[in-house]
Amino acid sequence: MTDQPLQYVRTEMLEAKAPPSFQIGPLRWARENLFSGWLNSLLTLVSLYVILTLLAGVAPWFGHTVWNAGSLSECRKIIHSDFGPNADGACFAVIHERWNQLLYGFYPVEGYWRANLALVGMLLAIAPILFSQVPRKLLWLSALYPFLGFWLIWGGSLWFPISALLGFVVGGIAFRLMVEKSTVLAAAAGFVVAWLWWFFAAGPVDEGLSAVLPIALESVQSRDVGGFLLSIIIGISGITLSLPLGVLLALGRQSNMFFIRTVSVGFIEFIRGVPLITLLFTASLLLNYFLPPGTNFDLILRVVIMVTLFAAAYMAEVIRGGLAALPRGQYEAADALGLDYWMAQRLIIMPQALKISIPGIVNTFIGLFKDTTLVVFIGLLDPIGFINAIRATSDWNGIYWELYIFVGALFFVFCYGMSKYSMYLERKLQTDHH
Amino acid sequence: MADITIPPKDSFRLSMLIYDTRYRSLTIQVVFMFLLMAGATWLVNNTIYNLHVLGKDFSYSFLWSRAGYDINQRFIAYNSDSTHGRAMLVGLLNTLFIAFISCVAATVLGVIAGVLRLSKNWVVAKLMAIYVESFRNIPLLIWILVIFAVMTEAAPAPNAFRGANPSAHMWFFDTIAVTNRGVYFPEPLFFRSLGNIDLGIFLVSTDLLAIIAVMVLSILGYKRLQRSAETVQNATGIRPVTWWKSALILIAPIVILLVALGFHLGYPELKGFNFRGGVHARNSLIALWVALSVYTGAFIAEIVRAGIQAISRGQTEAALALGLKPGQTTNLVVLPQALRVIIPPMISEYLNITKNTSLAIAVGYMDLRATLGGITLNQTGRELEAMLLMMGIYLAISLIISSVMNFYNRSVKLKER
Repeated sequence: MTDQPLQYVRTEMLEAKAPPSFQIGPLRWARENLFSGWLNSLLTLVSLYVILTLLAGVAPWFGHTVWNAGSLSECRKIIHSDFGPNADGACFAVIHERWNQLLYGFYPVEGYWRANLALVGMLLAIAPILFSQVPRKLLWLSALYPFLGFWLIWGGSLWFPISALLGFVVGGIAFRLMVEKSTVLAAAAGFVVAWLWWFFAAGPVDEGLSAVLPIALESVQSRDVGGFLLSIIIGISGITLSLPLGVLLALGRQSNMFFIRTVSVGFIEFIRGVPLITLLFTASLLLNYFLPPGTNFDLILRVVIMVTLFAAAYMAEVIRGGLAALPRGQYEAADALGLDYWMAQRLIIMPQALKISIPGIVNTFIGLFKDTTLVVFIGLLDPIGFINAIRATSDWNGIYWELYIFVGALFFVFCYGMSKYSMYLERKLQTDHH
Repeated sequence: MADITIPPKDSFRLSMLIYDTRYRSLTIQVVFMFLLMAGATWLVNNTIYNLHVLGKDFSYSFLWSRAGYDINQRFIAYNSDSTHGRAMLVGLLNTLFIAFISCVAATVLGVIAGVLRLSKNWVVAKLMAIYVESFRNIPLLIWILVIFAVMTEAAPAPNAFRGANPSAHMWFFDTIAVTNRGVYFPEPLFFRSLGNIDLGIFLVSTDLLAIIAVMVLSILGYKRLQRSAETVQNATGIRPVTWWKSALILIAPIVILLVALGFHLGYPELKGFNFRGGVHARNSLIALWVALSVYTGAFIAEIVRAGIQAISRGQTEAALALGLKPGQTTNLVVLPQALRVIIPPMISEYLNITKNTSLAIAVGYMDLRATLGGITLNQTGRELEAMLLMMGIYLAISLIISSVMNFYNRSVKLKER
């Protein structure tokens, strides 16, 4: 052993060298993500080519947009004089000229504030249901909104929706009075009292109050309600009504009672087996056969009913999936706690089953909202109907991209918003820890 | 439910129908059935009364009367003297045809897009995400109408192909003509055709039958060759060289048959004001096909992506650790498991395509809805009969597709014990 120091060992560390330029920053990222192999490089080049071709076609077209013109030929004249004889450009002047039809249909112009107010009210009414941070008191607005929205859009006497609302109120009071005795009897009593109110009392109350205190908006015919407003009305009504109906159908399909199960299965499979168009045609052509002679109720209402039934069948299947995914122990635990059927469903089963099926439910909602475009085939003037009408006029004959882009973008915003919300909700309700 | 109730000693009381769990479900069902029957009776009575008032009866005899209208795309012989029933059949075949080609194209597109969306390549993954999101969030009807509008407004007229220096050109070495009147493809023709067999309802081409038979036989022979190679490999450990035999078995018979039949392509040619020869696919067909495939392809892409992501990485790693090649890992380990997740939602996408073909109404494609539920309905005024029959047919198609696919699903499902 010597006490000589080991001369060949360094005593101080060297400064780290900077990494080579292709190992840092965007170059490294590109090398790893875009050009990691020959297949990957080829894919990158092909996609870049596709993107550039699309941009080369679309960018000048958007760049040459004309906003003010009375017809397509005038539009083209402006584009040719501004950007050269071979230039091609977008003619969004058609949107500028016809936006009110695409959005509101033939709704009277002086009533646009009513439609807008109804839309704002809808957002306020939906907010407390969608987000738990919103004050709970707004839920009262949500409960009243169907009547308020109906009155704002269709107008007429204020007392008509109020007397309809009172039917629910008296039914609720009857239920409250009887619920001490028996839930089943109370439900039946509430139902009967409400129906009696609607059949016998609602009309006179409406007339009487209108005579005493006439508060009314100018009434608007259903055929004047059109454009995107109509899509929203049908979509929102269908969404609100199809969820509870879907839950009932799913429970019916899972039920132990033979008849209820059979009828639910038959209904679900029938609706899921036929295209929506046939159901809409049934609503417009055949309903006159099935109802007593002389009955003629609103086409929009018929469509809402059909769209609701259609979406409810799909909803039922989605919720059934959620019910099936619950472990049996949950049902058994609910029974062990001595809960009756409805309490077990309300407190234990449904909250979990619905949480599991959120993505499917929202997908059904999105599908329903997109399907509202089919009402054009039975003569309702939704945005597609107006596009067809505009393209048939001599002024705008030959235009298509601009109109479809506008309407497509409207639908995209709503549907994409719904899917983003469902992701948010899933994250919020996630209770298991990964 | 807690069903253990001590049987009451006293006699039956009416309130037990509601409060006693032994009778309650019976009570509910009886009341339910009573209400349902009452509702159904009411509807049927109304219908009978309304038909009576209108002076109509309920009969399907119109199916055997002369239709009197033309159908522009038909796979079986049909003219305006044919019956409404035959018109319905032509429409049904058109519906099935568009549904089938859309299912095939949507599957191909969807699988490619789904796999590419999982790619590590950022640009490709984003591009596929944009494709999927834009098609899933915009109504199918808009896509059908846009594509139809592009086909009719932006495609060149047949006139543009004329002259020494035409402004439009045919695609793929002058074989496919895209015009505003539709797309013209080359059609397969035979110099020495074997003729057709008349089945009474429609004609069957013997050439097609022969080709299918030869192909099936070749594939069976190929399977057999593979099996015998496997037996040799299991016995000796060395796999005999089979690739040239496989190629011979798969390719030679069909080539010989095609040459014997005198197979050649008939190209579309501009004659007069329009193209002659070849297969003419109308704009309505093309728009419906493209829109249905691309739209449903976006949904299938998401299904495929979910299926692949459902297989945990451990499976791939275990397969590689066992010494399987990457191709074998995919074919033997990942795909069989992913398919189990993919198939059930895929069935409902195929059903959706079939039902969505009824949107043909937007572009005037002559499908079942346009013949039976459209012109026939309007001509005969038999709304009730035509609509019920049409719904029944759609229902039958849906049930058949779902039962066939469910059968397939059961065969690949995980066998649990």
